[in-house]
Amino acid sequence: MPLTRTNVEKIAHLARLGITDKDTEIFTQELSLILNLAEQLLAVNTQNVAPMAHPLAMTQRLREDIVIESNLRDKFQTIAPATEDGLYLVPKVID
Amino acid sequence: MYQQQISELAAGLRAKKFSCQELTRQFLTRIKHLNPALNAFISVTETQAMAQAKAADVRLHNGDSSPLLGIPIAHKDIFCTDGVRTSCGSRMLDNFIAPYNATVVENLAQAGAIMLGKTNMDEFAMGSSSETSWYGQVRNPWNPNKVPGGSSGGSAAAVAAGLCTAATGTDTGGSIRQPAALCGITGLKPTYGRVSRFGMIAFASSLDQGGPMARSAKDAALLLQGMAGFDPRDSTCVDQPVPNYVAALDSDIKGLKIGLPKEYFGAGLNSQVANSVQIAIDIYRSLGATIYDISLPNTELVIPTYYVVASAECSSNLARFDGVRFGYRASEPKDIEDLFKRSRAEGFGAEVKRRIMIGTYVLSAGYYDAYYLQAQKVRRLIADDFSRAFTTVDVIMGPTSPTTAFNLGERTADPVSMYLSDIYTIAAPLAGLPAISIPAPYVDNLPVGLQIIGQSFAEAKLLSVAHQLQLVTDWHLKVPPGLE
Repeated sequence: MPLTRTNVEKIAHLARLGITDKDTEIFTQELSLILNLAEQLLAVNTQNVAPMAHPLAMTQRLREDIVIESNLRDKFQTIAPATEDGLYLVPKVID
Repeated sequence: MYQQQISELAAGLRAKKFSCQELTRQFLTRIKHLNPALNAFISVTETQAMAQAKAADVRLHNGDSSPLLGIPIAHKDIFCTDGVRTSCGSRMLDNFIAPYNATVVENLAQAGAIMLGKTNMDEFAMGSSSETSWYGQVRNPWNPNKVPGGSSGGSAAAVAAGLCTAATGTDTGGSIRQPAALCGITGLKPTYGRVSRFGMIAFASSLDQGGPMARSAKDAALLLQGMAGFDPRDSTCVDQPVPNYVAALDSDIKGLKIGLPKEYFGAGLNSQVANSVQIAIDIYRSLGATIYDISLPNTELVIPTYYVVASAECSSNLARFDGVRFGYRASEPKDIEDLFKRSRAEGFGAEVKRRIMIGTYVLSAGYYDAYYLQAQKVRRLIADDFSRAFTTVDVIMGPTSPTTAFNLGERTADPVSMYLSDIYTIAAPLAGLPAISIPAPYVDNLPVGLQIIGQSFAEAKLLSVAHQLQLVTDWHLKVPPGLE
């Protein structure tokens, strides 16, 4: 089922990906071709097949609830685009 | 010395034929001369390399016998390196100076290996040709008009051209094995969980695995020995002892049961590549292996399954790149949504965007069951094919890639044709299995890869099977013209 421009615009918004009108045009074609490939899966009989989310049949390992890392905030914030008093700065969210 | 193997360089260092500082300097000089044409490195870490070399010389002087001590290597630019730009081939991380080391980087530094630099790659490891990098395409040392494969194309080209002795790579759908095949080197994707993913920038978390790229199976064994092991910082890293891979190399081929899946030798496989792979398999037969015809009936579903699963995981993993805490930020955003959308639009390249979009779509309400859940079920069917096959055979062999290296630009306009070049490599990561690519006879002066897939945690078996072929053949010793 080919995608429409509206589909593509919605997906781009969900992915928080800015796209131009020209991008929308290209994505509509390219993504339809890729989904066409994916549609082969729809015909496969998978009744009673358990989904495989992960190659290892393992349970989540737990560890003791103790502090093992030190606070490296200053180091991590040296590579941030904008910070102030240990906070990350972004455009105003609430008026 | 540029084309020597790890053990030869280690012997030279210990015989004092050259110091590690001299060796490192020579490699750095060679990179300076040859890298502009190949573009295999994104960053050359000269200062750090010389400091590591100086420390290695002290350890050598003190009689330290670590096999990787003083050996010049390179890391794919997907592994975080403390204080060094870690770009993942993306504009998004062009300004990202990693604040910590990946466990693999840390382990190899402890072992005494010298990091010469960070290698070029497809952006966020998404690609099969190393053409999607923000830093430009990598060229194949065997023919500069051909791609080196991808996504670890920089590592493969660097090893093949003798710009480093070995390198790290990562494999999600073939990104170690396919470039190894196209550049004529040995590349191993370990079992999922064998090598820590901590500090390895995530693409598809249930598939990604780091591994060695080297001149021979023996060198790959040495490098894997230094990389593998339990890491409490990676919850999917398996707590299982690491065998001695080098000691296991000398196992006999006699009695080995090799399965050839009929689906790996059908339509789409270049006939010269098929002949080449057959010659290598015939040598195994002459060494005492038995060949079985087998079937992996769900092979035609591996590409659609992979592109649903990997894209879904990628769209989730790459959601973190939002221009807030690190990485690229668009200038003068008018609000928070504009900040997210433009940072991502300007920071990511076309292929990454395509995969984020596909992944977002297959995870979105109304499509999750039809695409994503269904792909996870088909993934189980694909894994079951292998379980069945391994009840009768020890290893599975076939071509790594259906063709030799293709021309630069040949497949960039058609994403689906690019995806199809991974037809034989995608199944192993979907099933979590280890697989190695080693050189087979060349076709028209271009390398061909023989792929060997094994059972979970059978890295030692794969390396020894590969090593036994390399003992009686010299395809892995071939050097690209002009790069001796």
